[in-house]
Amino acid sequence: MTLSTTETFVQLLYLAASILFILGLKDLGDAQTARRGVLLAEVGMVAAVAGTLLYGVAVTGVIIRWEWIILALLIGSAIGTGMGLWIPMTKMPERIALSHAFGGLAVGLVGVVEYLEHGGPKMSTLQVTATGLEVALGALTFTGSLMAFGKLQGFITGKPVTYPGQNASNMALIAGTLGLIGLLVYQPEASWAFYAVAALGVLLGVLLVLPIGGADMPVVICLLNSYAGLAASATGFALGNNVLIICGALDGFSGFLLGMMMSKAMNRSFTNVLFGAFGAEPEAKAVTAGATPAGPAPNVGSVEEAAEVLRAARSVIVVPGYGMAVSQAQHAVRDLANALQAQGCDVRYAIHPVAGRMPGHMNVLLAEANVPYDQLFDLEVINDDFSATDVALVVGANDVVNPAARSNPSSPIYGMPILAADLAKTCLVLKRSLNPGFAGIENELFIRSNTMMVLGDAKKTISQFTAALKE
Amino acid sequence: MSLTLIFGLYVFFLAAFTGYQVISKVPHLLHTPLMAFTNAISGISLVGSLLAAGGHYGTLSTVLGAVAVLAATINVVGGFLITDRMLRMFKKKGGAR
Repeated sequence: MTLSTTETFVQLLYLAASILFILGLKDLGDAQTARRGVLLAEVGMVAAVAGTLLYGVAVTGVIIRWEWIILALLIGSAIGTGMGLWIPMTKMPERIALSHAFGGLAVGLVGVVEYLEHGGPKMSTLQVTATGLEVALGALTFTGSLMAFGKLQGFITGKPVTYPGQNASNMALIAGTLGLIGLLVYQPEASWAFYAVAALGVLLGVLLVLPIGGADMPVVICLLNSYAGLAASATGFALGNNVLIICGALDGFSGFLLGMMMSKAMNRSFTNVLFGAFGAEPEAKAVTAGATPAGPAPNVGSVEEAAEVLRAARSVIVVPGYGMAVSQAQHAVRDLANALQAQGCDVRYAIHPVAGRMPGHMNVLLAEANVPYDQLFDLEVINDDFSATDVALVVGANDVVNPAARSNPSSPIYGMPILAADLAKTCLVLKRSLNPGFAGIENELFIRSNTMMVLGDAKKTISQFTAALKE
Repeated sequence: MSLTLIFGLYVFFLAAFTGYQVISKVPHLLHTPLMAFTNAISGISLVGSLLAAGGHYGTLSTVLGAVAVLAATINVVGGFLITDRMLRMFKKKGGAR
């Protein structure tokens, strides 16, 4: 099959786009080159869009009107620019969830148009299967991401919502969806089945995210990223477009890989995550929390006492958690670090992979506050250094520093790799109140003899530390 | 099985393995920008939605296509801007990037 000159040019543009995307991702592997990677991918995207328009106009003649295209591109760019420039860094998990929803919506709608216009008996087996998967995954990603957004934003309760037979009914729905896609292969004209697949996708998105709690959001966001990518790949199969297949595979695998890292960092098996068994977890947690006898009271210190400890410190490791994001304390943390460094103290940051609500959440917040990234350390790099450190300053982190993960086999987080903040000479824990954290698990760290709790808003407390150090 | 499917599967799996290699080298530090970046390139679904929005199809298809273009464009423009905005913030000591 020989292509016309124009079509060859279009295909070469797609090839160039695919290569640029992969090179862009490669550049993203290093903070020094990452911005160049973004530029490469942008050029790739322009090439792919130009190629598509050329294809639609000069090769197939499919594109005959421009008003809708131009309107959608203009409004989309305006909204995208607004979101890109003004969304605060603390809202990044919400923005990512929302953009997965947009991605799922776009792909799902393309699938519906495909079926509307080319559907029925004219479609090959491959096209029908791919379009069915595309619409199911797209719809699932759309509502699932909106659910995740709602949970992060607090519109929907962040607590897991469970009911009897949840996993079984979800499984039945997934099987039903796949069954209907199978039916479409043999009866491509059965449009009721096609729209039922879309509807089941919408329903599944809601039901699969419902049982998942706020603390498990990092894994869910990664999974939705993966689904959005796979849906795009399916579109590529349906349209016979390689750049779509490639981008979808990159996106799908990136989300899958990040999700695996996250679940590993929480000591959960990925199958457990994939099949939405999150629902089983909270009951276990509740039982443990209730069974814990009222032990020794935590040592609650005043701001002055804690500031005294910091004044004497020669080395400090800051352990940030979701609480830092909630109270937007990253700038205050940076000011405190400056004050500590001014008195000759060594300050470093220990970042747990699942601290916060999405992969890399803490890194971005600290970067926003101008913390140099060579002061940020991953768990496996810094964990041995806690025992030789004067102060571990825990800012709004809870489960990721709970020693029960190391020592208590009955704890629901037993086996999860944790930051060894308890091994520092003094562990200062900043917390809003003495209530158990999100997961509802008692934290032994709080009652250790070398721990001092300082209660209150983290941002305010840290600012008071800084003021005290400067006196 | 059609040859198109076989070719498609080749492309998919080779891209997946390439992606695995490349993405596993991205440090934890940059995982949020990585997600924003893959969000942006997932806007490649424009390749399908542009044809739907401008096509000689019925009104319903055109409107659905236009909404798809809108959603994908938000991701592309917003995703790239936000990735770059985050990456600009990552500095080494002494202000060097």
